[in-house]
Amino acid sequence: MSESASTIQFFTSFSVNDLPFLAQAAGGTLLISIISISIGSVFGCLFGWALYASKYARYILGSILDIFRSVPLIIQLLLFFNFFPILGIPLEPFAAGCIVLTVYTSALVAQVARGGIEAVPESMRRASRSLGMSYFQDMRYVVWPIGARAMLPAWTGVALGVLKDSALVSVLGYLELLRASQILITRTQEPFIILAIVGAFYFALSYPIGKITARLEQRWQYD
Amino acid sequence: MIKLQGVDKSFGDLRVLKGIDLSVEKGEVLSVIGASGSGKSTMLYCINALEKIQGGQILVDGVDVHCADTNVNKLRREIGMVFQQWNSFPHLSVMDNVALAPQIVLGKSKDEAYSIAEKHLKHVGLGDKLQTYPTRMSGGQQQRLAIARALAMEPSYMLFDEVTSALDPELVGEVLDTLRLLREDGMTMIVVTHEINFARDVSDRIAFFHQGVIEELAPAKDLVNNPQRERTQQFLSKVL
Amino acid sequence: MDYTFHWRPVIKALPDLFSAALITLEAAILSMIIGIIIGLGLAMMRLYGNKAMYIFATIWVELARNTPALLQLFFFGFGLGAFGWHLSPFMIVLCGLAFNNAGYLAENFRGGFQAIPKAQYNAARCLGMSASQTYLRIIIPQVFKLVYYPMTNQMVWAVLMSSLGMLVGFRELSGETQFLASNTFRLFEFFLVAAVFYYVLVKAILVAAHLLSRRLFTY
Repeated sequence: MSESASTIQFFTSFSVNDLPFLAQAAGGTLLISIISISIGSVFGCLFGWALYASKYARYILGSILDIFRSVPLIIQLLLFFNFFPILGIPLEPFAAGCIVLTVYTSALVAQVARGGIEAVPESMRRASRSLGMSYFQDMRYVVWPIGARAMLPAWTGVALGVLKDSALVSVLGYLELLRASQILITRTQEPFIILAIVGAFYFALSYPIGKITARLEQRWQYD
Repeated sequence: MIKLQGVDKSFGDLRVLKGIDLSVEKGEVLSVIGASGSGKSTMLYCINALEKIQGGQILVDGVDVHCADTNVNKLRREIGMVFQQWNSFPHLSVMDNVALAPQIVLGKSKDEAYSIAEKHLKHVGLGDKLQTYPTRMSGGQQQRLAIARALAMEPSYMLFDEVTSALDPELVGEVLDTLRLLREDGMTMIVVTHEINFARDVSDRIAFFHQGVIEELAPAKDLVNNPQRERTQQFLSKVL
Repeated sequence: MDYTFHWRPVIKALPDLFSAALITLEAAILSMIIGIIIGLGLAMMRLYGNKAMYIFATIWVELARNTPALLQLFFFGFGLGAFGWHLSPFMIVLCGLAFNNAGYLAENFRGGFQAIPKAQYNAARCLGMSASQTYLRIIIPQVFKLVYYPMTNQMVWAVLMSSLGMLVGFRELSGETQFLASNTFRLFEFFLVAAVFYYVLVKAILVAAHLLSRRLFTY
């Protein structure tokens, strides 16, 4: 590779050696997504049940969760991240990102879970209660299986959304995939290859999961 | 006159109409009866080109319905159709439901269209519901709305596809009375129906369909009181 | 806690924040209008178009829905930049949001069209209406009611996503907030106020949409 002596070449082209860097960043994306989605979903289901069961919860908890759906994620991240030094507690980007994403996920899942519970026909629940099941037995053996099925498409949508939104944790300095791509693009000046590879990563996760869920939903409609 | 000659119709491999020959003169009321799946409704859909035919010919006042050159939209102005599920337009008021087509298809002015609509709506007994929305009315009322909507185009022929089958029993009467009214007005009608008694009392002739073929075609009272064919007798004994 | 909240800089900057919020709204509305037009086209292509149209529209929709919005913005920023097309930050955000909106809205529209029974189409054709008259007068008004709520959600989404403009240099609410905050080091206070602005904006949109729906849909 010959370069003219009068220009200092800062840019090197994208090479196979950059792939491990991207892979590591992809791992970062997956790590933070999986943690946030799983913990967030558990809380989200609990919140969803609370929203369904209690009028007070619907007003109070509902309004609070509403806030997390009405403020951009990037603002939530920056706000949270800048709040903790005030308390004197140092917080590293990964932890801050996880916490914010988890709370965000739980707010979204709460809506979905509430919808899932409400989708269970009242007649089925009357049947189980008249068999002598307690309220919680009814929830566990009747509402949960049926409601979870009803919830699956919407929940998948939320989960995939969080996966894509995890890109924003990069503003805190966390190394995830889009940040890595930005770094590489600046260095190699080859945006297309890099954006294509990174895009393919998200697409390869999101598209199949979405299609499978859609097919499952169709199949379950005939039960 | 509506004339069907040797009409064949299939859905894929399934032959639904087999060599149908039928003429309906102006002013005549023809009822079509038969079991579900015998092809009655399909025949109606072929007459106004909602379905294509694979063989034979359908002529409406001499115009070949299924010829490629025929202007189907123009043809449909002469043939009114009312469906089992009334299919009223939910986003328009009763008045607008009826007045829309005269305006945009026949080019009538708004005032003209409104007065035509009002006339026909009063005729079917909905004169007091002009500004109501269809979703707030009963099935019987929506079906009468559908009839008024078709009449507002001032067609020469009216096709009715089991228009009372989806109604609660107590609402059937008001729709059948409307059909009686149209008969008195002299409208040419082909009525596919399960209401055998109505068919006997109101129509000139009845056609009995069986598995895609017209099994028997006779003056109304004759077919019901004195069926000639065995299948007709079997069918009537089951429904009467 | 030995941090004192300094609200004065924030209060002084309120007018700037307010006009930045209007810029956010403007960008969101523009991207929605473009997104609706394109999305409608994409939906029609997927429903009624030939094979080539179907493939084109499907690629657009699936790319928009399965990749991060930020990536889409980067494409319009860095990607086009490789060709020498350097869009202004506003245009990058507008194109990115419109691209994204079009994809999601196309799916909503398609679902809406598929939910209208074919019988409505038949009834209108039987009255002698042409295909285009039927679509314009009968089908599309009913589809509009079905997709109204998803469209409202997408509008809220557009407002929230516009905050990504901050990362490409667009001075909408988030970008302006960061600019002001970094000058005064009052990061927390500024972002808190920005959050309040967003919350109010989103609520206002939802209330407006609700009131509008009561006027539009009397049935």
